[in-house]
Amino acid sequence: MNAAVEAQSMAYDELHGADGTIHPAYRSYTEWLAEVPPEMLQQKRLEADLLFRRLGITFAVYGDESGVERAIPFDIIPRIISAKAWDTVGKGCIQRVKALNMFLHDIYHNQDIVKAGIIPEEQILSNPAYRPEMKGIDLPGNVYAHVAGVDVVKVSDEEFYVLEDNLRTPSGVSYMLENRRMMMRLFPDLFSKIQVAPVEHYSDMLLKSLQAVAPASRSSMPVAVLLTPGAFNSAYFEHAFLAQQMGIELVEGQDLFVKNAVVYMRTTEGPQRVDVIYRRLDDDFLDPLAFRSDSMLGVAGLLSAYKAGNVTLANAIGTGVADDKSTYVYVPEMIRFYLSEEPILSNVPTFRLSRPDDLCYVLANLPELVVKEVQGSGGYGMLVGPKSTEKEIEEFRKRILANPSNYIAQPTLALSTCPTLVEEGVAPRHVDLRPYVITGQEVSVVPGGLTRVALREGSLVVNSSQGGGTKDTWVLEADAC
Amino acid sequence: MLSRTAEHLFWMARHIERAENMARMLDVTFRMRLLPASINQPIEPWAQPWAVPLITTGTASAYYALYKELNADNVLEFMVSNPENPSSIVNCLKHARENARTVRGSITSEMWESLNSTWMEYGNPGPEILETTRLGEYFEHVKQRSHMFRGVTVGTALRDESFFFTRLGTFLERADNTARILDVKYHILLPSPQDVGGAQDHYQWGSLLRSVSAFEAYRKIYRDTIHPRKVAELLILRRDMPRSLRHCATEIYSMLGRILGNTGHEALRKAGDLNARLEFGRIEDIFTSGLHEYLIDFLDRTGELGAGIHQEFFASTTLEMRLA
Repeated sequence: MNAAVEAQSMAYDELHGADGTIHPAYRSYTEWLAEVPPEMLQQKRLEADLLFRRLGITFAVYGDESGVERAIPFDIIPRIISAKAWDTVGKGCIQRVKALNMFLHDIYHNQDIVKAGIIPEEQILSNPAYRPEMKGIDLPGNVYAHVAGVDVVKVSDEEFYVLEDNLRTPSGVSYMLENRRMMMRLFPDLFSKIQVAPVEHYSDMLLKSLQAVAPASRSSMPVAVLLTPGAFNSAYFEHAFLAQQMGIELVEGQDLFVKNAVVYMRTTEGPQRVDVIYRRLDDDFLDPLAFRSDSMLGVAGLLSAYKAGNVTLANAIGTGVADDKSTYVYVPEMIRFYLSEEPILSNVPTFRLSRPDDLCYVLANLPELVVKEVQGSGGYGMLVGPKSTEKEIEEFRKRILANPSNYIAQPTLALSTCPTLVEEGVAPRHVDLRPYVITGQEVSVVPGGLTRVALREGSLVVNSSQGGGTKDTWVLEADAC
Repeated sequence: MLSRTAEHLFWMARHIERAENMARMLDVTFRMRLLPASINQPIEPWAQPWAVPLITTGTASAYYALYKELNADNVLEFMVSNPENPSSIVNCLKHARENARTVRGSITSEMWESLNSTWMEYGNPGPEILETTRLGEYFEHVKQRSHMFRGVTVGTALRDESFFFTRLGTFLERADNTARILDVKYHILLPSPQDVGGAQDHYQWGSLLRSVSAFEAYRKIYRDTIHPRKVAELLILRRDMPRSLRHCATEIYSMLGRILGNTGHEALRKAGDLNARLEFGRIEDIFTSGLHEYLIDFLDRTGELGAGIHQEFFASTTLEMRLA
């Protein structure tokens, strides 16, 4: 989670909007909610929990020897987004992913953006996620991030900020799909009252895109598979779910082998050629011959088959260079450079302290800002102004002055809140949103995405490992006037 | 289909079938104990009632590694819930569910839910389940859940290779189980084959029939008192008896025949051979050459068939060699 959201004082309330009245998107729902006895809601919540367990929609908890599986807490109150607001978010995410894919193609080829002086060369080459192996390799359709998750936060009635891009192996989409299925099961009456844009076609879109990026010579009836680290991976449910929904084989590294730079899977009828691998395995583990030699999860020789153009990996190797914190600040400029468009979605406003004006402003406003090292991650080397003592701020000021270009700064930004069912009843809790953008022949996004919710009061941590839950995300088909 | 997937499906089916067979065997042993001592008098010193389930499943040495004394409580704990016993009911339910979870994308959601909820409800019964009053009910539930899984499989699964490998596992496990039960019981009862109609025979052979749901079928087919030779005929040669060796062999042969591709020729041949022996076998000949010898031979053959299936469909090395 982005550290810029540490403070919560200015959180936007999605139910009440900016003016304090019920936001139009929530009107029909709140009318319905007012009629419903509170014990019925609690009853539905128990029912949902039981169903999730019986369906085995669970994730494994790492480090738990007993192999206990937990269900991610599911909140039965939907998060509702107006058609108008979604129009902006959806288009903005598509625009962003288009530019990011062009950026990835560029930096592994001509590096025009470096030559144009927009991004410094060392920003790319010194990034640990930059893969020199990818230099000069042409990918079908020039697509790198076939599946992208763009984390956004709502800051006003119509405005969203992008917190971060996820271009490696973004997860969570199965919860988006299962949450909708669960809501339709629990509250069929609501769906006849409120017109909600459907999301079920996600797996069709994904399959179509995977087939569209098969190697050119294999494009008539390409065989796609989903590569999972295995049944003990915490996201295994999602891997199995997506493979089933798309009707493709769910394979582990041991099911595949490479011969003469061609990938095969071991089947009961003998070896079968594989053309597209939707991999849910990190770069480092893909091929023990090319990357981490201790990987038991990958496929020896996979990189050779990939470089020979005999198999497509989705996502491509080396996408991580485009989604980290230090690259994030350049995304608006990428959009202008590659697409000649103005960014539809804003980044969280970011000050680059290499610029004298920005530096001046930041030094004058340190108690209100979050300052981060450009290369830092995981909260290391960071100052959270509102939560720091005067002494800490002064010490950090010295570090900034010693090397200003090593730092960026952002205003503290709160996740918006949505009505959520908790023990005491319905109360506001902080949420974020991850829409999923799919790139194949075209770039598309299903309406909504995964809403994660911090169930503890005041908490901004939406991660499932730390008390976060999920909600169904409703994008209205049309807004009421 | 993926070799690994096929293997998981096969073992998923074997484990739930094994859980059911364990429950069946223990249930009748447990019920026998409620009869007077005269009925339970061991004919052979080794044939203590509670040793029989251990001998049948070949787990006696594993048992004695864990327990000093042979008694009902220990055997029940060992075979129902001991985590050290790979074939305990609880472990079978767990393995069936684990295999299903791994290939949940290749089975119908109903099949997965059936095994998942079975494991959730009966996979961790707690020590109180071993109380006399609750045990019978537990066995009944396990049997019913196994029935339910098979019903759900037949009622929802596409007739493709997933189904064939699942059914292959079911019938191979069942054939093995029926042959073992018959062999051990026959050994125990052998010294008194002439005591036709005696109370002890009635209960002992009757319990054998009940353990494979064949008591009513026996009455219906033979309309006679329980006669060892007829029991053997029913459980070995009758095609219409769903737990007989013949029925299982026919299903195995048929499933292997429906699995497509250029693999499995040797497994199919072995299954055909096994099926033909049962199809054209006569109970007189079986008894002449010795029932025990016959059953041991059958168990060897099904063991070989299982190894052959593993070698031809699941083992990855052979596949890679075939490509070269």
